Amino acid sequence: MKTLLKGGRVVDPANRIDGTRDVLIDGDRIARVGTDLPADGANVIEIPDGLVICPGFIDMHVHLREPGQEHKETIATGTAAAVAGGFTAVACMPNTNPVNDDANVTTYILDKAREANLARVYPIGAISRGSNGELLADIGDLRKAGCVAITDDGHPTKTALLLRRALEYAGMFGIPVIEHCEDPSLKGDAVAHEGYYAASLGLRGMPGAAEALGVERGILLAELTGSAFHVAHMSARASLRAVRKGKDARVRVTCEVAPHHFTLTDEALATPLAYDTNTKMNPPLREAADRDAMLDGISDGSVDAIATDHAPHHYDEKKVEYDRAPFGIVGLETAVPLSLDRLVHTGRIRLSRMVELLSVNPARILNVPGGTLSEGAPADITIVAPDLKVRIEAARLRSRSKNTPFDGWELRGGVAATFVGGRPLYVNADAMLALGTTPGVV
Amino acid sequence: MSATVHDVDRQTAVTSLRSKDLLGISELTPEEITLILDTADVMTEIASRPIKKVPALRGKTVVNLFFEPSTRTRTSFEIAEKRLSADTLNIAIATSSVVKGETLADTALNLEAMRPDMIVLRHSSSGACHLLSRICKSAIVNAGDGMHEHPTQALLDAFTIRERKRQLKGLKVAIIGDLLHSRVLRSNILLLTKMGADVWVCGPPTLMPADIRRFGVTATSSVDAAVKDADVIMLLRIQLERMEGAFFPSLREYFNVFGMTEARLTLARPDVMIMHPGPMNRGVEIASEVADGPYSVILDQVANGVAVRMAVLYLLAGGANHEDAA
Repeated sequence: MKTLLKGGRVVDPANRIDGTRDVLIDGDRIARVGTDLPADGANVIEIPDGLVICPGFIDMHVHLREPGQEHKETIATGTAAAVAGGFTAVACMPNTNPVNDDANVTTYILDKAREANLARVYPIGAISRGSNGELLADIGDLRKAGCVAITDDGHPTKTALLLRRALEYAGMFGIPVIEHCEDPSLKGDAVAHEGYYAASLGLRGMPGAAEALGVERGILLAELTGSAFHVAHMSARASLRAVRKGKDARVRVTCEVAPHHFTLTDEALATPLAYDTNTKMNPPLREAADRDAMLDGISDGSVDAIATDHAPHHYDEKKVEYDRAPFGIVGLETAVPLSLDRLVHTGRIRLSRMVELLSVNPARILNVPGGTLSEGAPADITIVAPDLKVRIEAARLRSRSKNTPFDGWELRGGVAATFVGGRPLYVNADAMLALGTTPGVV
Repeated sequence: MSATVHDVDRQTAVTSLRSKDLLGISELTPEEITLILDTADVMTEIASRPIKKVPALRGKTVVNLFFEPSTRTRTSFEIAEKRLSADTLNIAIATSSVVKGETLADTALNLEAMRPDMIVLRHSSSGACHLLSRICKSAIVNAGDGMHEHPTQALLDAFTIRERKRQLKGLKVAIIGDLLHSRVLRSNILLLTKMGADVWVCGPPTLMPADIRRFGVTATSSVDAAVKDADVIMLLRIQLERMEGAFFPSLREYFNVFGMTEARLTLARPDVMIMHPGPMNRGVEIASEVADGPYSVILDQVANGVAVRMAVLYLLAGGANHEDAA
């Protein structure tokens, strides 16, 4: 079965395309991208003016919670949230219960993903057994079962020695090591960024230096081992400085920034709602200079990817004292509106750069298919509506958890449709009214 | 009593508090602070009567919900409530991070179902009172939340200073000790700066909150600089367990560098007041000679605590308006 997306603006940085093109989908693959392609019996979808066809977005940092914490999220609900948020693929972190340190867990995750049949799921395996920082997990097995990277995310790799071994070992399989960068002694039992707002609210703070030390450690070890090192959810300006230095020295280092870290600052802890536990995440919302540095890094190319660190938690778990609440917020369904509103419409980056951050680079870092609309590539397509007025409503999120600090926010830009393997799995009726044959909404 | 309170009301710019709760000094305006202090003036008089009881809160139920051990504050609140004829109930809940019982939200909802009028909350988590105030219709009075605020302590400190110095404006107040972990510090900084005092904070850099200068204070690690020409010196408790966090090497060294001694006191103004929110560590943050000396108003603070808490409870219950209605 063929589908022809007719007359939209196509932004495909991998092929240096930014202009009006037709996209022909044949089954689950991209057949052709060109001008005035003949219908040739294909199901023709006229793309309304103002919509932009992009290679499918890939969120390289999500917590799907399954197995073990299905009250927060399942692979089915998480991938439903993904396609609703414009993501055709997600890479899921191994801090499930049990930890994804074993090929059986990887296989379980992939089976569940196949059952859900929504966004693609790329499992990330643990560095150490039980992610407890002692013995290496069977990384070869994990790789073979489908893991695309390794990490002990949630915590930093326990010792520099173990991180070195992980880099050396993962390098053999050509997969990156993703690191939650943090010096545990400097972080201590902190729950917020160390600064004015933590001080005035009486919350224990961790400095940006706690993160940057972890970044520096990883970069030194990436240099030592020659392996690929990826900095997860970067938030501190000192971390960015370290990454820039590493890149200048041609160390194989990449990094991602989460939308909340380029949007919010620690002021959100005090206002509009003091002690809102949906402002609590790790790394924490940092001061304005850090947030501005993340924006600069995104603009100048130092930052490689936007990743959400989607961290669903049940409302019971968040409706507690601030210092007792778990870290994390959901992000899959707010990332694209925030990126368009805060990055593109402010003139900081062009749409093509946004596509690099959300699609091209994550695919390259994880070495997974996608990131392009080249002929023969999987027909994973995100159609964005850059001028769509979007109102974030926590209660309407498809994620099983609603822990977002963006409830009620009005943003400019959203997702019009998401195609995975040629199947339209999400269609935003507001944006796609002109879609000829309305595909099924999942 | 009500007649006297009405007289007070006429003298002040405002006659009631805007909020149903007292979550912190940060929510109060200077006029509201003055109202509370003026009302406390009236309450002080009640303590000097042979029968120290007025019917202002008759029929009101006040729950003292304490998740942290406290003798001074809980007793002070309870006496204040009894002097105002409230029905009081003390609930002390031992908490530890290990034992996971009912959530604070559920405890609050259960209490709320029994329709108390006020909940006085002491809790080890900063912001616990904010959580409660979103759940409960009852008035929430913060009796100390984590490292955040302890508003009635700052109010009684201000009352004690005003009693001696007539006003807070222009006074140099030096606050010395563990600044990082102190809710008393935060409430006092907020109150004193709002009322126009010149606030100096002093302690080792390891115990200084980030960005402390943004609070509008002068920060120093030199005790001499802090004490010089001070009108008021407030000492904050140093907790033994802070040594484990490597905040300072030993109590002995702390005392040598920061302890308030008679010798250091000579730098201050001749009519300096020495204050301490208690409980004191004699020989750590304060020498016994200073604590027991002629400049110390530490026991006045305790005495004034009752009057200030009476004023807060009275005003939150509606003050004169409530009495008119009744």
